[in-house]
Amino acid sequence: MREFGQAEVLFIIFALQWTLTLTALAFVGGGIAGLGVALLRISRSRIIRWLVSGYIQIVQGMPLLVLMFLCYYAPSLFGIELDALFAAGIALTLNASAFLGAIWESALRAIPKAQWESAEALALPQSKVLRFVIAPQAVRIALPSTVGYLVQIVKETSLASIIGFVEITRAGQLVSNATFEPMKAFVCVAILYFVICFPLSRFSQWLEARSPGRAKGTSRGKRSIRSKSPKTT
Amino acid sequence: MSVIHVENIRKRFGALEVLKDVSMTVEAGEVVALIGRSGSGKSTLLRCLNGLEKIDEGVITIAGHKMSHNTAELRALRRDVGIVFQGYNLFPHLTAGENIMLAPVQVKGLRKAEARAEAQRCLELVGLGDRFDSYPDMLSGGQQQRVAIARSLAMQPVVMLFDEVTSALDPELTEEVLAAIEDLAAQGMTMMLVTHEMRFARRVAHRTIYMRDGIIHEQGPSEALFTNPQTPELRSFLKAELG
Ligand SMILES: Nc1ncnc2c1ncn2[C@@H]1O[C@H](COP(=O)(O)OP(=O)(O)O)[C@@H](O)[C@H]1O
Ligand SMILES: [Mg+2]
Repeated sequence: MREFGQAEVLFIIFALQWTLTLTALAFVGGGIAGLGVALLRISRSRIIRWLVSGYIQIVQGMPLLVLMFLCYYAPSLFGIELDALFAAGIALTLNASAFLGAIWESALRAIPKAQWESAEALALPQSKVLRFVIAPQAVRIALPSTVGYLVQIVKETSLASIIGFVEITRAGQLVSNATFEPMKAFVCVAILYFVICFPLSRFSQWLEARSPGRAKGTSRGKRSIRSKSPKTT
Repeated sequence: MSVIHVENIRKRFGALEVLKDVSMTVEAGEVVALIGRSGSGKSTLLRCLNGLEKIDEGVITIAGHKMSHNTAELRALRRDVGIVFQGYNLFPHLTAGENIMLAPVQVKGLRKAEARAEAQRCLELVGLGDRFDSYPDMLSGGQQQRVAIARSLAMQPVVMLFDEVTSALDPELTEEVLAAIEDLAAQGMTMMLVTHEMRFARRVAHRTIYMRDGIIHEQGPSEALFTNPQTPELRSFLKAELG
């Protein structure tokens, strides 16, 4: 049996890079896919909207842990051995794409139809209406919830520990097993999560407090629009 | 040569027929006022004229373009047809100048510097030369509406459509917007305007069209129509409006 000491703390802190890597993968991958999800959700084709809605329902209706197992074990059916980082990255990306897609969809929908119409009346093509008129306003609306969701992603990466990926939760488990000091190990882990999540949460709150009136208003005081906060697993 | 030519158009929203076989013609340089009770189909007619609503039947030709569902053709048509709405609908994240520059740069491919000069010129036309860098929420309703007019003008349209552009404004602010429109009329812009300002319609519009329940109920030279309405419906409408 080992003592819980500096080496153990360093081991956990060292694993932080993997928590952050996984967070970045999920946020970037989920962000790109989520953008696609949001845009397809406001598509003119009912079939596309319906299909994408099905995707969101399936992903949101499944515990992330189950999704993670599926991503880890399903490829082996086809004789493919997936790296734990890769499997966890895919699961977190799918999950984030559904939640970010839903957040951004509601932000896009919050922009009054009159904005679309007056831009189209100026002969702007749809893609440019979206890019120059709708998206900049939607970003301001969605930013607080997006940063809020980033906090969720940081915490969700802990589930990758189940498939053996050594991020800080898994590192805490390993230290706990080796030292029989679970409290020390997991308090250490908890502090690390807090150190990352707390500033992000505060940042999100600050954005939220700043956004509604300051967002250069949608004309004539219709400013109540605000996207729903994400529900998370 | 006529700038707007509308032939037997019909527009339905579900079971509700809002435009029932409307035909009309507007000549170059003509200013036409569209009056009528709320719900009579004035806005719908205007929105059909630039393709914001699709007609169910009939033919529209405007500014040399035949109304089409083809997006490229519709965009070409919209380059030549300006429209200003009651709610201004400025883009709130852009300054007055940027609002005006957006379409000339992104649609016509003007360079930034040219577009900036053009935007400044259009702002001066509506008396807001010093407000280039103001965001919409720093402007009064009347100023916002004048920026919206300038934004349309910057595309150098062949014809301008105005839909109750002063209805959301206080009386003092109404005057400044009407003055901007009157200037345009004096410069020979072809215009069609939905309005509740009967005195303005009478003074500025060459011709006035009275709509009722989705049809053109009566029309004629403004002076004649206002002094000597032919139908009892128009007579009672004018009586109610002019008090
Ligand atoms: N998008 C729409 N869907 C359904 N009904 C509509 C729509 N737009 C207008 N209408 C109806 O069409 C009629 C005419 O409306 P409108 O053209 O706005 O009249 P006006 O501008 O003369 O007040 C009204 O009964 C209105 O309720
Ligand atoms: Mg109307």
